[in-house]
Amino acid sequence: MITLNINGKPRQIDLPTDTPLLWALRDYLGLTGTKFGCGMALCGACTVHLDGEPARACVTPISAAVGKKIVTIEAIGQDATGQKVQDAWLTLSVPQCGYCQSGQIMAATALLKQNPKPSDADIDKAMSGNICRCGTYPRIRAAIKQAAGSTERKS
Amino acid sequence: MKKSLDNPTILSPDDAGLYIANISRRAFIKNFALTGFVLAAGFPSLSGADETAAPSEKGKYGADAMPHGWVDNPLVFVAIAEDGTVTIVCHRSEMGQGVRTSLPMVVADELEANWLHVRVEQATGDESRYGNQDTDGSRSMRHFFMPMRRVGAAARSMLESAAAAQWQVPVQEVRAELHQVLHPATGRTLGYGQLAKVAAKLPVPDRETLRLKKPAEFRYISKGRLGIYDGQDIVTGQAQYGIDTRLDDMLYAVVARPPVFGGKVLSYDAKDALKLPGVVKVVELPSSPLPAGFNPLGGIAVIARNTWAAIQGRKALKIEWNNGPHGTYDSLMYKAELEAAARKPGKVVRNEGDVDAALQGAVKRLEAEYYAPHLAQAPMEPPAATARIVKGKCEIWTCTQAPQASRDSVAKWLKLPEDDVTVHVTLLGGGFGRKSIPDYVIEAALLSQAMNGKPVKLTWTREDDLHHSYFHTVSVERLEAGLDAQGKPVAWLHRTVAPTISSTFGPDSKHQMPIELGMGVINAPFAIANLRIENPEAEAHTRIGWFRSVSNIPHAFAIQSFVAELAATAGRDPKDFLLELIGPPQRIDPSTLGDSWNYGESPEAYPLDTGRLRRVIETVARETGWGRTLPKGGGLGLAAHYSFVTYVAVVVEVAVNGDGELSIPRIDVAVDCGPQVNPERIRSQIEGACIMGISLATLGEISFKEGAVVQDNFHAYQLTRMDDAPREIRVHLLPATEFDAPLGGVGEPGVPPIAPALCNAIFAATGQRIRQLPIRDQLRKA
Ligand code: FES
Ligand code: FES
Repeated sequence: MITLNINGKPRQIDLPTDTPLLWALRDYLGLTGTKFGCGMALCGACTVHLDGEPARACVTPISAAVGKKIVTIEAIGQDATGQKVQDAWLTLSVPQCGYCQSGQIMAATALLKQNPKPSDADIDKAMSGNICRCGTYPRIRAAIKQAAGSTERKS
Repeated sequence: MKKSLDNPTILSPDDAGLYIANISRRAFIKNFALTGFVLAAGFPSLSGADETAAPSEKGKYGADAMPHGWVDNPLVFVAIAEDGTVTIVCHRSEMGQGVRTSLPMVVADELEANWLHVRVEQATGDESRYGNQDTDGSRSMRHFFMPMRRVGAAARSMLESAAAAQWQVPVQEVRAELHQVLHPATGRTLGYGQLAKVAAKLPVPDRETLRLKKPAEFRYISKGRLGIYDGQDIVTGQAQYGIDTRLDDMLYAVVARPPVFGGKVLSYDAKDALKLPGVVKVVELPSSPLPAGFNPLGGIAVIARNTWAAIQGRKALKIEWNNGPHGTYDSLMYKAELEAAARKPGKVVRNEGDVDAALQGAVKRLEAEYYAPHLAQAPMEPPAATARIVKGKCEIWTCTQAPQASRDSVAKWLKLPEDDVTVHVTLLGGGFGRKSIPDYVIEAALLSQAMNGKPVKLTWTREDDLHHSYFHTVSVERLEAGLDAQGKPVAWLHRTVAPTISSTFGPDSKHQMPIELGMGVINAPFAIANLRIENPEAEAHTRIGWFRSVSNIPHAFAIQSFVAELAATAGRDPKDFLLELIGPPQRIDPSTLGDSWNYGESPEAYPLDTGRLRRVIETVARETGWGRTLPKGGGLGLAAHYSFVTYVAVVVEVAVNGDGELSIPRIDVAVDCGPQVNPERIRSQIEGACIMGISLATLGEISFKEGAVVQDNFHAYQLTRMDDAPREIRVHLLPATEFDAPLGGVGEPGVPPIAPALCNAIFAATGQRIRQLPIRDQLRKA
């Protein structure tokens, strides 16, 4: 039995310790907002935050997440930056199918927390690990800039 | 990008007042995947609605010609609760095109419903109740705009009648407005919730008597002001896709399928797999005889307590396969075969004038061969389905573009009457044609059956998705043309060679079907006196299926590249040359071009209108500033293509640096899809199509070796990412002449012209002509 701190709460998980965090979240805890896209750290669909850093849950064994603060898409709206990102995503109608967007929002939030005014190059660097098959990249970029703008206005 | 976002039809931060978010149904969505929706009270006759599905017959067009046609009965599609909540049923699958916003929006507009009090319920697979549900062919709005308007108008009329009766005034004196009925003479109002019970008992008005709104009265239609219905759920991780289904006591499965199409299990050993923690059972699924149809491939399934355990169990299986007749399929060799076929005469599918004589007499001649490889749709959500069988009744939850075909197939495989199979349609994390085929749905049903009906969720891993798709075809297009002394084309010979989708459904199909030829090759609208199109044979060695825009991809790539090559040969500007080739504006009956299909639409309502084709070209040229000076290494490329009864022209701007690295600063795309019902989602579809087009042109390739797919995951099957995506996409929507004009498709027609426009831009920038996709590192300086 392993205890993980997920979205601010301790959660008990009875799975082999090499089980990737992705499947512990999705199958064991029912937190299905974190998505499976590749299982090999190639697409970013499974992005969560570990101590504020974006991490690919599909290649993070639960043993490696012990003692860290894990935040998933389900709770990112409780963070001021996360909420701004979500708002920007909605006002610009970023999603098409929406499947990649949990990961995109987690990656974008992590970016803005570290770099409140990212340049295009910063956005490329932070976001290119996240594939969107529907092709929402131009709107993702615009939404990040909008969220950055609103971060600035309000702080 | 700035410009496209500043367009008033795009929701932008500065007009936040326009943004209408719908949050009223948040409470309902929670158990969506578990129980479906329970209908609110009101319209009690909803379940007993008499069915008015239009018959589908030969000689009919559009929705009339589709299986189960259309339904416009308000009792099927609308329910109003006493608290005023309006529930609108969406019977088409949401896969990113916005249909769960746009179709209910049409109903809501005619109904004068307040979008803030609308909730959307997803229909189960039941075409005799809802009409056709195959969400493909870019036809949801094209086929259901008018039926959904009538649904809304009929419900509105019933509410008005109910109010008039209650007030004892003539119905002409009342009118519905934003969720209530008014009697202006006395200032009285009644809310929809107050009227619902009475209204539901009134007869549904005759179709012919309905008063549809005038375009000036539209509240939502054509405005592009609504946020997407599922937006809030998506950004908070609450949206339910097929892969997210959870049922009590559910087990999780993955399947090891034969690596080669047509292969079988010879023997297997599951001992090690069964020792792993969490693995519950290993089950053999029978392979199906060819042709493939929708049938599962068979293989060995591992059923476990969670997905990861199932994946680990599958790794531990020892399986010996018999590869069957396709074990030597090799993409390099196959390409050579297609090229050989393209260099010899083949079945003539269109012939005008005397091509051979005209080629002989031409002053200049040009030949070119173009290759476009197999592709996998690779929706971000791989195929997934959950099945449960209780007391002989099977319930399925899945991401499918084909709910009725899923239902029919499961009924057939489980030998159950159709009524005992329910298919709940979740959101789709992308479809692109892959999820039109229910092989994975059948697998889930068989696995639940093997577990005595226990709920089983089947997940396809990315490797499964790339190895076992119904692939986009692979093709060689060979073109030859002759120019006269003025550089005008006088002869055109096109040989198109590609395995056909019909090979998936029937043995020995080696020629493209009319629907494949009708995707831009047979119906090339060019003013050339001598023209012949041939289709030599090609044998399929894998399952060929539908990929967003289908055969239009290779056809447009070849034809629009070749036209630019001809322009260069003639020393002409590519835009002027293309316009001249298209000739003066005329409305062509597609059957005169040998196209008997015309995307299933009537040739009278949907002629091939070269005036519209010219207009998108002229528009995109003007908007992009065709001929503008670019920095060194820059180039503009143009392509235009008619597909899914919509006209699209694209200009791609490239920059190629000294090392041969390609970037795409900007794409302009002009679209004439007729009246625009939801311009905001049209733009997003076109933006996405641009990126998918760039992705397939630069990186996309599925190849086979020893019968099996080479690419395992996204490191090998690469997709365009943020850093290589076009930096700016400007979508120019052409206004329709009148709102009653027939609608064109939107989801697919943006894709085909992208690859040739890109390659034409590369030629303009570098002088290098790309004839083989994908481009990958062909531009790199060694
Ligand atoms: S699922 Fe983890 S990166 Fe793709
Ligand atoms: S919105 Fe569909 S994959 Fe990104």
